[in-house]
Amino acid sequence: MGQERFGAAEDLYPPAAVDHFTSPRNVGGVDDPDGKGSDTNPACGDRTTITVRLRDGRIEDARFRTFGCVAAIASASALTELVRGRAVAEARAVEPADVIAALGGLPARKEACAVMAVGALRAALVDAHVGSGA
Amino acid sequence: MTERIYLDHAATTPVDPEVAEAMVRVLSEVPGNPSSIYAEGRRARALVDRSRAEVAAAIGAQPGEIVFTSGGTEADNLALRGVLKAYRGERDGLVISAIEHHAVLDTAEDLERHAHVRVTRVPVDRDGLVDPLAVERAIDGRTALVSIMHANNEVGTVEPIDAIGRVCRAKGVPFHTDAVQTVGVLPFDVRELPADLASINAHKLYGPKGVGALYVRGGTRIATMQTGGGQEKGRRTGTENVAGIVALGVAMRIAAERRERDAARLSALRDRIIDGVRSRIPAAVLTGHPTRRLPNSASFCFPGAQGESLIVALDLEGISVSSGSACTSGSTEPSHVLTAIGVARDAAQGSLRITVGRDTTDAHVDRLLEVLPRVVERIRAVSREPVAT
Repeated sequence: MGQERFGAAEDLYPPAAVDHFTSPRNVGGVDDPDGKGSDTNPACGDRTTITVRLRDGRIEDARFRTFGCVAAIASASALTELVRGRAVAEARAVEPADVIAALGGLPARKEACAVMAVGALRAALVDAHVGSGA
Repeated sequence: MTERIYLDHAATTPVDPEVAEAMVRVLSEVPGNPSSIYAEGRRARALVDRSRAEVAAAIGAQPGEIVFTSGGTEADNLALRGVLKAYRGERDGLVISAIEHHAVLDTAEDLERHAHVRVTRVPVDRDGLVDPLAVERAIDGRTALVSIMHANNEVGTVEPIDAIGRVCRAKGVPFHTDAVQTVGVLPFDVRELPADLASINAHKLYGPKGVGALYVRGGTRIATMQTGGGQEKGRRTGTENVAGIVALGVAMRIAAERRERDAARLSALRDRIIDGVRSRIPAAVLTGHPTRRLPNSASFCFPGAQGESLIVALDLEGISVSSGSACTSGSTEPSHVLTAIGVARDAAQGSLRITVGRDTTDAHVDRLLEVLPRVVERIRAVSREPVAT
């Protein structure tokens, strides 16, 4: 791994967060999404958009786009990984703390990045709910 | 590829081995306080005096016009606070540019809030240039000081301080310039430049951190900020940082000897970076002036790629650069410099500054130009918005 070779960045972010940043999972947009949601961090202008496709009350696919810092990208990547295949009710209950744990921790000043990812997912699930007329 | 590539020389420079050696020698062999009159003290005093002469000679000044400080920030503070204090009751105006370093910008704001100083901030154009005529218009009968940087640390634009200094002289107003980015890089001679005060910082010219100087032209009115034993003719009291001061003198001498040779080599490397980035990275925007810029500085905005992500991705590849929007504080307000030159907020979030130095080679630039396009594309791919449905 590059960061081991150079001793770079791992005192800034834990290895799991660096890995989600360098190899983000589920980048892009879902085809025929059931829901789409965005959230912005007003303090820095970062934004994340998440699209979801649901099937039988579960999240069949979730994908993201993020303009932002390392923590913002890693949070969205980890979150989509956490919720894919899970029941919608479970996915709604995912907290920023769960994302932070999946990343191996975030610096305190970056916790808002996990909040943004969760905000985008919840907005997408609300959108799916409204769109389906359920 | 295991060697790290350092391309952030505007942040700080590695200490020249000759400078480090001189500094260590003082630390280990010169125990005296320059204010003591016995042998150890006299020896320390002689070293401080010799360094003062070296620093003065490097910029065409007289030794008595050099005040040693703890660095560029203190030099800027001393210039602004010291001159405004000296004019208290007579003049209360301070003119600065919108793109000054925080050491000037925030000091001006503090004086405005707490010392009833009237601060006028002169805008810059899209290239970051200050218009000397705008400075002239900003000066009134109660202006105590004009402070305009020699070159901008973020975007590299070199300001017309010669013309600005002439305007100030014609109006009878002292002129300070923050020359931290330029001394040792561009010609800087106070016999030709009409500057009355100039800030110098050792660690930007291959010296150590924690030492700098303020040039104060003879006859310039300036009061002290701190009180104590009266060192530096009372202008900056406190026992002298003898080793640091010696190091600054050596660094200034070396810089003066090498400057022309270095500038030619560095500007060639800089131009390779600018041309390479523009041809290889779509929508890359060069910030700062296209030609009137520091020979060692290339700065860009890459819309769609956020600054901290760029820095960390390059760091992982072993390359060190910086950004005006590094998001280290948790809030990435676009930098005041990028805002002042009219860069849109989205683009300003993707700013990157690449500054070369004595240790930079063509191979380093090759590697940067191989890695950076890939990194920008990868980060942009994550942010690219899906087509609206």
